[in-house]
Amino acid sequence: MSGFNVIGKPWPKVDALPKCTGETRYADDLHFPRMLYAKILRSPHAHARIRRIDVSRAQAVPGVHVVLTGRDLPTRFGILPVSQDEEALCVEKVRFVGDPVAAVAAVDEWTAEEALRLIEVEYEPLPALLTMEQALAESSVRIHEYGDGPNIHKLVSLEFGEVAEGFAQADYVREDIFFYAGSTHLPLEQHAAVAHYGPDGRLTLWSSTQTPHYVHRALAKVLGLPPHRIRVIAMPVGGGFGGKSDPFSHEIVVAKLALLTGRPVKITLTREEVFYVHRGRHPVLLWIKTGVRRDGTITAMHVRSFLDGGAYGSYGVATTYYTGALQTVTYKIPRYKFEGVRVFTNKPPCGPKRGHGTPQPRFALEVHLDKIAEDLGLDPIQMRRRQIVEAPSLTVNWLRISSCGLRACIDRVVEASGFREKFRRLPFGRGVGFACSAYLSGAGLPIYWNDMPHSGVQIKIDREGGVTVFCGSADIGQGSDSILAYIVAEILGILPEDVRVVTADTDLTPVDLGSYSSRVTVMAGNAAVEAAERLRRLLFRAAAERLDVPEDQLLARERRIFDQADPERGLDFAEAVQLAEARFGTLGAVGSYKPPKAPGRYKGAGVGPSPSYSYSACVAQVRVDPETGFVQVEKIWIAHDVGRAINPRLVEGQIHGSVYMGLGEALMEEHTFHSRLGVHTAPSMLDYKSPTPLEMPEVECFLIETEDPNGPFGAKEAGQGPLLPIPPAIANAVYDAIGVRIDEIPITPEKVLKGLEDKARGGSGRVGPTSIPSLTWPEPIRVEPPPEWRSSGDLT
Amino acid sequence: MEKQLITLKVNGELHTLAVPVFKTLLEVLREDLSLTGTKHGCELGECGACTVLVDGEPVLSCLVLPIELQGREVLTIEGLMEGGRPHPLQRAFAETGAAQCGYCTPGVLLSAKALLDRKPAPTRREIAEALSGNLCRCTGYLQILEAVERAAAQMRDVRSAATTDGR
Amino acid sequence: MLRLPPFRYYAPRSLEEALRILSDHGSQARIVAGGTDLYPKMKRRQIEPAVLVSVRRIPELAHLAGTGREGVTLGASLTLARVLAQDELVLAYPALARAFAMVAHPPVRSMGTVGGNLCVDTRCTYYDQTFFWREALGFCLKKDGTTCPVAPGGTRCWAVSSSDGAPVMIALGARLRLVGPRGERTIAAEEFYRDDGIRYLDKEPEEILVEVLLPPQEDWKSTYWKLRRRGSVDFPVLGVAVALRMESGWCREARIVLGAVGSCPKRIREAETLLEGNRLEPDVIAAVAHVVARSVRPLKNTDFLHLYRKKMASVFTQRALRELAGASLMDEASAC
Repeated sequence: MSGFNVIGKPWPKVDALPKCTGETRYADDLHFPRMLYAKILRSPHAHARIRRIDVSRAQAVPGVHVVLTGRDLPTRFGILPVSQDEEALCVEKVRFVGDPVAAVAAVDEWTAEEALRLIEVEYEPLPALLTMEQALAESSVRIHEYGDGPNIHKLVSLEFGEVAEGFAQADYVREDIFFYAGSTHLPLEQHAAVAHYGPDGRLTLWSSTQTPHYVHRALAKVLGLPPHRIRVIAMPVGGGFGGKSDPFSHEIVVAKLALLTGRPVKITLTREEVFYVHRGRHPVLLWIKTGVRRDGTITAMHVRSFLDGGAYGSYGVATTYYTGALQTVTYKIPRYKFEGVRVFTNKPPCGPKRGHGTPQPRFALEVHLDKIAEDLGLDPIQMRRRQIVEAPSLTVNWLRISSCGLRACIDRVVEASGFREKFRRLPFGRGVGFACSAYLSGAGLPIYWNDMPHSGVQIKIDREGGVTVFCGSADIGQGSDSILAYIVAEILGILPEDVRVVTADTDLTPVDLGSYSSRVTVMAGNAAVEAAERLRRLLFRAAAERLDVPEDQLLARERRIFDQADPERGLDFAEAVQLAEARFGTLGAVGSYKPPKAPGRYKGAGVGPSPSYSYSACVAQVRVDPETGFVQVEKIWIAHDVGRAINPRLVEGQIHGSVYMGLGEALMEEHTFHSRLGVHTAPSMLDYKSPTPLEMPEVECFLIETEDPNGPFGAKEAGQGPLLPIPPAIANAVYDAIGVRIDEIPITPEKVLKGLEDKARGGSGRVGPTSIPSLTWPEPIRVEPPPEWRSSGDLT
Repeated sequence: MEKQLITLKVNGELHTLAVPVFKTLLEVLREDLSLTGTKHGCELGECGACTVLVDGEPVLSCLVLPIELQGREVLTIEGLMEGGRPHPLQRAFAETGAAQCGYCTPGVLLSAKALLDRKPAPTRREIAEALSGNLCRCTGYLQILEAVERAAAQMRDVRSAATTDGR
Repeated sequence: MLRLPPFRYYAPRSLEEALRILSDHGSQARIVAGGTDLYPKMKRRQIEPAVLVSVRRIPELAHLAGTGREGVTLGASLTLARVLAQDELVLAYPALARAFAMVAHPPVRSMGTVGGNLCVDTRCTYYDQTFFWREALGFCLKKDGTTCPVAPGGTRCWAVSSSDGAPVMIALGARLRLVGPRGERTIAAEEFYRDDGIRYLDKEPEEILVEVLLPPQEDWKSTYWKLRRRGSVDFPVLGVAVALRMESGWCREARIVLGAVGSCPKRIREAETLLEGNRLEPDVIAAVAHVVARSVRPLKNTDFLHLYRKKMASVFTQRALRELAGASLMDEASAC
């Protein structure tokens, strides 16, 4: 047994019952006296200049309080300091259908809606650039004035070691091109925000946001208010998945409306608006070339990714790097070249969605490796398994691997699924596929440069032994509040129910950067460990004096502090608290966490480093109907190296959710647009297809615990990584079932039939992109690999 | 806006309200009765988040008018607790992790209650069918299905214990 | 929050009263039953009636009587869930039960009605969108516009008949009783639908669909196959309803009706003729399926590529016929 009291057990989440009784209040559930309702007018054009806006008729509608336009909020903002390219309401130009143009605050939504219809906007349409190819070719039309080239937001070229040399050493070189369609988060909760500006000159914003700290900074910047007069409270978020991690136009608008009216103002986006706000998965076209020895050992890899960024920067610079950075953390790649480009197009801006920029290259890599194994007559499992990264080690691009349970993950799923008995042996129409993946446990660097902690925790204890934990982290359903409670309860020897958690309130809680990049368990968790241990030291000191037992002999468990050698000799937790308060004064402690310094020293080294990497391996079993092309996933076996499962049930829940989202992306979810006008063709829950319970396969989970040295109790992430192997495992399984390669996500029935028909006519049966846009890549930044890779001129 | 007097029975309580006739049950529950436990994700009947029970049957509150419910009984998530104690479904959902972000949870719970009231021992497939109008983006549904099975088993145990006591 | 636009609401308790209100308000009024089709469209401002007339309190519309042997009368305001709860009916009319059980999802089935399903508005990618969206794309013929984005040169609307019940009713030979200001009439279900995305029903706005008369089933066998992307929620983008009168393995009479591939359910008489007088042998089934697929021309205005839907018309027809021939298609059924 682990010897833990709380850690490793399937406790209910601290907020589970309130969520099951309808008590949890989300942003849209807030209601204040005198509250006004806001609505936003959006652009019907994909690209146009705003010639004139006349709000006079809207202003005159009874019940309308304020009408705002871009002139009222001209300061630009954006999540990344390098891409401050958004306006709360567009000033001169609109860049996609749905771009915000004007806003109204009125007594109710009917009135606000009516007023919107009376706002007259005169547009001068500009050519709409709706594909990457168009945007790259049309250098005379510019969506933005900044970037690394005409309509190029970001251009990256990095080379780690001499790839040419690596390819020269290869016995076999293969190139492939893949496409991974854009998809959206589709949280059940539509974004909502309420703002209030009090007579004390303080502004409060309640919002469904994953990143209250960044919203706080953006509000201060755009509104021109000192940050200490702004309070941002992240309400429990009804689903995020990355879709609520930018500061948003509607948050700023509603704050400004509250400032101007002196009344509380609420805005709740409609489902359609949520599709326009987006920040979802980037469509990525990806070219990959790998050189291998006869036995499958990789000698070099070269990846080129093309990201269709949509109309604004968002997290896009980071996303661009992410399509290249994490290729190296699963298998040993001695030489690696990555070129990536993010292109602006007149579509809703893309950003981070569960897996942020890594499911696309992971899909490509795992299908590509499957093809290489087949070409060389190798076992696809064995080929991967023999070249798994070591821990500890540095990858060729300077990412530090602190623990890796991938080998165990592979063995568990291969055995449990009977993969070897099934692979290439099931009857036509049924197949199995395999894939691995890795993901980071929190970004190693903050979004804006600073040397401060990424997460802070404060703990207070009252005289009766009640413990309150304060942290800036936002619970978006993943259970981060509960993780804080479990960790603090474990260390102080109490139960999760003894801990109250107060989070995501910029006035009350120390800064945590937010719920993105799978960072909260590791970062806020480590901060909580530090704070709780500091507090426990005070309790132990006071208890030691009273019990006359050396401090280091004490143990805190089951609401008691006692002598390990003589458990009868002890104090109730509350008693120890009172002694400590009498001895030291009011009790409290803080803890904070900053990730280890990333070892890479090159431009671009900031994206990819993490305190630790999680690993997953997956086997998918599918049934393909060769007449309809429908792919039914029968079962998923997935093993995840989570370092330590602080709560195995929550980890399994994260894995199930990841499998589900990966399944949706693999088979049906897709953001599609009218080819000429750029209108989203399916902005509804009905037309955007997300799987129902009937599409969900059985999932067998295996948790692998590697006890990572950088994690709290050894924990790593679980919320995003398990999504990554799902699309490639399904694609590989489809090939196993029907002998057709669908190198394009989603794998729709139409594509399956197209492949089968092509095959029947004597073709290869492959469906997927066949070329990439021509682009002059810059000279790469050449990075010397870590010492252990430098001698790898000869790998054998 | 012209308002109309209507009576609405929600969670066993009778309310008389003056509301515009075109205000949906969802809006009236949330805005006039402060029963914000009923959620909404599309207001078009496509997501199931606003599901409540009307005379025991699952109904989308975003697509029904209070005036259409005269003489009928509405049950919302706030009314699922029995005597201040969580319903077995609520307990099972909390214990199994079936509520992640929790936003679809009230609607899912009410669809599940309608199923279990009609069919105390459903198969997993029947549960999935019954919940197939309640989209969830967090859980992958599996812990939800497990929770419904667990609650169903508990409710059957309680019932059979009650029968035994009765003898 | 998407909200309904203002309207006046009437809930008459008799047919006469309902007819009077309807004729008082003419084209300003709309009939509502379950609301699952109308309210979303009103919220998206596709339909903007000043007056709604609910038919839920009219006793005649809640009528339910008969058996498979003698024929069944289904009141138009019965909910789909209520119909599906009638075990005898489900056994007697399997195609109908299949179709209703596959409508949308459980809450919609406990709200949506028989009449509502048969009168469900035609659907189109370019029409079932919000006012904002339609404005951004350019309004279409069916609402606020003058051109059809599906077939820009033409003058007609190509919105798609999206009822699961309609093709089945036609295949079963159901008759519909309507009451209007000029009296009542009973017509074959087939005559109720028109090949026009806008005026898709042979029904005056003031006319009320009162009930559906299902003929005795005797030796008819029937089934319904539905194409949609997910196992729930979605409207049909292809529906194949087949009813066959079989006599010791020989098909004496056949009705094959395709839904959701055009503006009205389409009966494929050439395919029926091919079947009649034959046994359901593989070559016959293949020939029939071929004719069916050749006879339909789905357009690019629903989910799935139109050519794919055409191809599936053949596959689903074969599956429906093989099912009626007795082959177990449980595995294949899971793919739709």
